[in-house]
Amino acid sequence: MIDTAPSIVLVIAVGAFVISGVYLMLERSLTRILLGFILLGNGVNLMFLIAAGRAGNAPLIGNGEESGWTDPLPQAMVLTAIVITLGLVGFVGAMAYRSWQLNGHDEVQDDLEDRRIARLAAKNAPAVFDVDTDTSDATPLDDQAAGVRDETEDDSEEETESRNGHGVDDAQRGGDQR
Amino acid sequence: MNIDAAYLVPLPVVIPLVTAGLTLALWRVPKLQRLFAVAALALMVVVGATLLVAADSGALVMHLGGWDAPLGISLVVDRLSALMLTVSAFVLLCVLLYSLGQDIADGAAEAPVTIYYPTYLILAAGVSNAFIAGDLFNLYVGFEILLAASYVLLTLGGTGERIRAGAIYVVVALVSSVIFLTGLAVTYAATGTINLAHLAQRLPEIDPGVSLAIQVLLLLAFGIKAAIFPLSAWLPDSYPTAPAPVTAVFAGLLTKVGVYAIMRTQTLLFTETRLDNLLMILALATMILGILGAVAQSDIKRLLSFTLVSHIGYMVFGIALSTRTGMAGAVFYIIHHIMVQTTLFLVVGLIERRGGTTNLDRLGGLAKASPGLAILFFIPAMSLAGIPPLSGFLGKLGLLQAGVQFDEPLTWVLVAGAIVTSLLTLYAVVKAWNKAFWQAPTIELPQERLPRTMVFPTGMMLVAVLGLTFVAGPVYGYATRAADELMDPSVYITNVLGGTS
Repeated sequence: MIDTAPSIVLVIAVGAFVISGVYLMLERSLTRILLGFILLGNGVNLMFLIAAGRAGNAPLIGNGEESGWTDPLPQAMVLTAIVITLGLVGFVGAMAYRSWQLNGHDEVQDDLEDRRIARLAAKNAPAVFDVDTDTSDATPLDDQAAGVRDETEDDSEEETESRNGHGVDDAQRGGDQR
Repeated sequence: MNIDAAYLVPLPVVIPLVTAGLTLALWRVPKLQRLFAVAALALMVVVGATLLVAADSGALVMHLGGWDAPLGISLVVDRLSALMLTVSAFVLLCVLLYSLGQDIADGAAEAPVTIYYPTYLILAAGVSNAFIAGDLFNLYVGFEILLAASYVLLTLGGTGERIRAGAIYVVVALVSSVIFLTGLAVTYAATGTINLAHLAQRLPEIDPGVSLAIQVLLLLAFGIKAAIFPLSAWLPDSYPTAPAPVTAVFAGLLTKVGVYAIMRTQTLLFTETRLDNLLMILALATMILGILGAVAQSDIKRLLSFTLVSHIGYMVFGIALSTRTGMAGAVFYIIHHIMVQTTLFLVVGLIERRGGTTNLDRLGGLAKASPGLAILFFIPAMSLAGIPPLSGFLGKLGLLQAGVQFDEPLTWVLVAGAIVTSLLTLYAVVKAWNKAFWQAPTIELPQERLPRTMVFPTGMMLVAVLGLTFVAGPVYGYATRAADELMDPSVYITNVLGGTS
């Protein structure tokens, strides 16, 4: 039977790789994320070596006793995983470079549309403007409410105004149609 | 008969991979590229249909290179796999025709993006590989193939917006891949095998704690791919930025591969510790929070992406019930959802073309300008919302019946949640309909007819969506037989390990 007790050096190495990999992956810059992914990937690849048990002879027929052989299957899997990781590293590297070309930095950015929706939600404004959200004074009811509630907050004034402007346009459109 | 059909099993992977190489070599001759790509996918549909028939009389197993199961790589096509293969091949073909039509209409037919067809075919190979994988590592490789292709397709052209969305998508997918790989290493260390059938025998024998850890790792990895609630935030952000056909094929297929993997591992490997309650709560959260997100959106692509997330909840619900009827409902729902969601995204591509935008604030008047487009949107949208007699209604009905049969407080909560989600879906798509088709046009619509080459493939998908309603009986019967097979892991085990082929 194969001795499955792992080598302590490998265990510590996996721990170190994974810790630093996770730390780097939590950064915003794509290059650091890439480095983190490389470390994390290598840590997981070493885990396969642990899974293979204690190192032994090369698993070739005629090379000593079968019980002294290393398990070859994890090595095959690691090889595949390394190839995949290499390909992905190449792609992410290219993407980071492209991001730097376009924006002058390679940071993973937030989703602007999501932010916009969240701002609307915070103001309790309708996500979509429609004829039936307008009232007679050409201001959407929800916006009026938001305006009243937001009077105490200085920084949201500007936002409200631009929204009201939009509402006017919309009402005129509705009027034209009728 | 059975032995002959087994030789077809690797074809859904081999055909697109070989063709991908060919099309890449033929990058100077776009006409041949297109011809080969379409022929390959059409052939995949034929192979898929043949497998569908053959697998109904017993799973087909192929041991690659003649190495027997626990050692060699085995490819397995049972009813579920065959069903998924056929549907995905058909969807891939329709979307390819659509993007081809787009190229022709745009006059880009003579100079298309060289790598589009090869990458698309590799995506097809990855999806098929995940469906026929008989061991966890091959499943991982299938995932990686399709993900690598999806990275390229999502960032096609490398514009600022696509790179931004692509960065998020790629990083999230990388994390899920690493988690999956960790799961594989732990599995091998604990059991000494990664063959699914072999694992099904060995996992119950090991320490339940370790088995649970493996299960959670795999669920995490698949959950990210399938966009189940706490792991779903990446999807509505990244999908809408891609070109319309790419979004359509991603929305239709990629998340379903994750759902398929969950279904396979939950029914085959973890029959004793099922985490069903956890999955049910996640399903509920996915449904409700997803659809609330959809209601808030003002961009039709994002709206549909959120409904995509939300409806994954239905499938997880069916899986979590872990009864025969629940599983059958989930299988049927996957089929329905692949078709409907793809059709909707293709139609959105047409809407964007006709109306000039996908922003619901600015769209309008399309019903008058393009009645055909209105029909193309209306039918799948109603099917998504679950209006009878369309297939969405049948799928939801099956799942709700299964939930009611289960008769536990939690499943009743889920049944209620599923109905609320269905109503909110109706609200969301009707809102989109009102804004895009009935509202007075805000901008002058371009006087352009939609190119027939793009409308035709969308029409094909629509016919399939409608057809699914008409042949729902046989399909549901097939799904139920697939569920029977899933619920009895011993069949799978004897097929793979004790198979005669």
